[in-house]
Amino acid sequence: MATISTPIARRRRRSSASVREAVEGYAAISPWLVGFIVFTGGPILFSLYMSFTYWDLTNVPRWAGVQNYLDLTSDPRFWQSLKVTLIYSVLALPLGLLAGLGLSLLLNLKLPGMNFFRTLFYIPSVIAGVAVAAIWMWTLNGQFGLLNYLLSFAGIHGPDWLGDPNFALYALVLISLWGVGGGAVIYLAGLQNIPAQLYEAAAMDGAGTLARFRSITLPLLSPTIFFLLVTGIIASFQTFTTVYILSGVNRDQPIGAPEDSTLFYLLYLYQQAFGSSKFGYAAAMAWVGALISLTLALIVFRSQSRWVYYESERGGANKRAG
Amino acid sequence: MAQDLPNAPRSANSVISRREGNARRPTRLLGPAAAYLTLVVLGIVVLTPFLWMISTSLQTNEGLFQIPPQLVPAAPQWHNYGDALTTVPFLNWAKNTLIICTLNVVGQVLCCTLVAYGFARLRFPGRGPLFILVLATLLLPSQILLVPQFILFSKLGWVNTFLPLTVPAFFGGGAGAFFIFLIRQYMRTVPYELDEAGRIDGANTWGILLRILLPLIKPPLAIVAVFTFTDAYNDFINPLIYLSDNGKYTLALGLSSFIGQYSSNWNWLMCAALVILLPLLLIYYFAQRLLIGGIASVGLKG
Repeated sequence: MATISTPIARRRRRSSASVREAVEGYAAISPWLVGFIVFTGGPILFSLYMSFTYWDLTNVPRWAGVQNYLDLTSDPRFWQSLKVTLIYSVLALPLGLLAGLGLSLLLNLKLPGMNFFRTLFYIPSVIAGVAVAAIWMWTLNGQFGLLNYLLSFAGIHGPDWLGDPNFALYALVLISLWGVGGGAVIYLAGLQNIPAQLYEAAAMDGAGTLARFRSITLPLLSPTIFFLLVTGIIASFQTFTTVYILSGVNRDQPIGAPEDSTLFYLLYLYQQAFGSSKFGYAAAMAWVGALISLTLALIVFRSQSRWVYYESERGGANKRAG
Repeated sequence: MAQDLPNAPRSANSVISRREGNARRPTRLLGPAAAYLTLVVLGIVVLTPFLWMISTSLQTNEGLFQIPPQLVPAAPQWHNYGDALTTVPFLNWAKNTLIICTLNVVGQVLCCTLVAYGFARLRFPGRGPLFILVLATLLLPSQILLVPQFILFSKLGWVNTFLPLTVPAFFGGGAGAFFIFLIRQYMRTVPYELDEAGRIDGANTWGILLRILLPLIKPPLAIVAVFTFTDAYNDFINPLIYLSDNGKYTLALGLSSFIGQYSSNWNWLMCAALVILLPLLLIYYFAQRLLIGGIASVGLKG
């Protein structure tokens, strides 16, 4: 770092000043450091230990070896929760990415009133949680809900969306699309960073709208798509509130209802820990879930060189998004 | 910015030429019309659940279950709001939520500013690796902390108090790692010469933070405050795990219990849901530029 004191004076004061700065530096980051050790790092290590025990929290933990992990492999509800989470991700993530991209292209048009629409579409991603779940619970009600009423105009007799095991998970995918404006805003920032000159040059070379989209917009947006994909994968393993409310609470049914069709990973983990007091088992599940979601994120990460274009790598100017 | 300046006249020209290019196209009206049509239709789709919620909240109990539904209630039952909110200890829940949210905002702003300052401006051994550790926790799937933290807090005797929901905020818990990153990035755009000038004027390390940097980093701090508030406001799983007394519930947890208890009083439930959403909508309305900008900056760093 540049300093404006003279070199000699600086050298003389250097050692004592740098010790002091180091002490002050650690003092400044100490809240985070303490928090990391007490609330993050420590608990993570502890949960690894827990995952090798049977523990109901009232009695002392008993060593279980790898039994919790073995039990997971033969637990049909564990596999069901994994399946539900993955099906949801495979549907909701690409649909959300595509819809968000489409919406952002519309919102990026230089037309009057766009600020209004940006505001409007962003609202659903600000409000989250229980209140939103309540709205959807009522909107998707099989008998008296608005959606089925609207469908009836098209001659469709809508199902009991949340009560029918064949539909409940798809209903949740539908709900997730409602919040697509949040992703669109992130795309929009990416779009607005693309220099207009690129499009002009391409247009002069005779590139049509589609060609410009494929060879300019998509490659330059690929870092944004990548970011949304990675955070989306991790988030789907943390899906909880909406499903908790929609699946169980109102129907006096176990969470994940109907028939475990919405038994998301975290929902099952929650139930094992706080419902059945199997804390060791839940810790094992948390580790397996974390490893799966990080592995998926890593696969996406490793695939970056194939489809993500970073502007700083000048050599990659011809790379296409896949 | 500075290096763009030589190009400025050219890009101004190009904007004009682009506009002319559009105007020459025969489809110049068709395109915008189709775009508006799509946006309006999608906008209606986004708004409909809200309108349906308002309509339901004003229905009589019988009106709820009419087929076909009354989209506009014949006689709006405004008293539903009063009835719904006095059936449950709503004010108490609101007070609890406000306490928890405020403490979270104060904790995150104080902690993350200080920590970000350390990483942005002070040199100490291990700074690089420790900052990488901060970034690594950004990717940490939070479900892994759920069970061990519960055990920690229950051993401390903190269950059924607000402590597990507020204390971690003072130590960079929750989204703290992201906020530290955000503030640090912003601080690094402030010229170091300002610190030097402050030092010459006799300010010490903390004086520089308080008097020189703090007034300049208001935008990221506002983002931290708004995000922390809305996160704490919407948080459900933590209150669900830690709070067991009905009187200690937050609004989110209270609404969930309300749904369980009055599962067919949709008008009351929608009243409560609407009142709970209102503060979020207000915050969003006043902070939208900031929020959208903040979200965008998250996307960009991706």
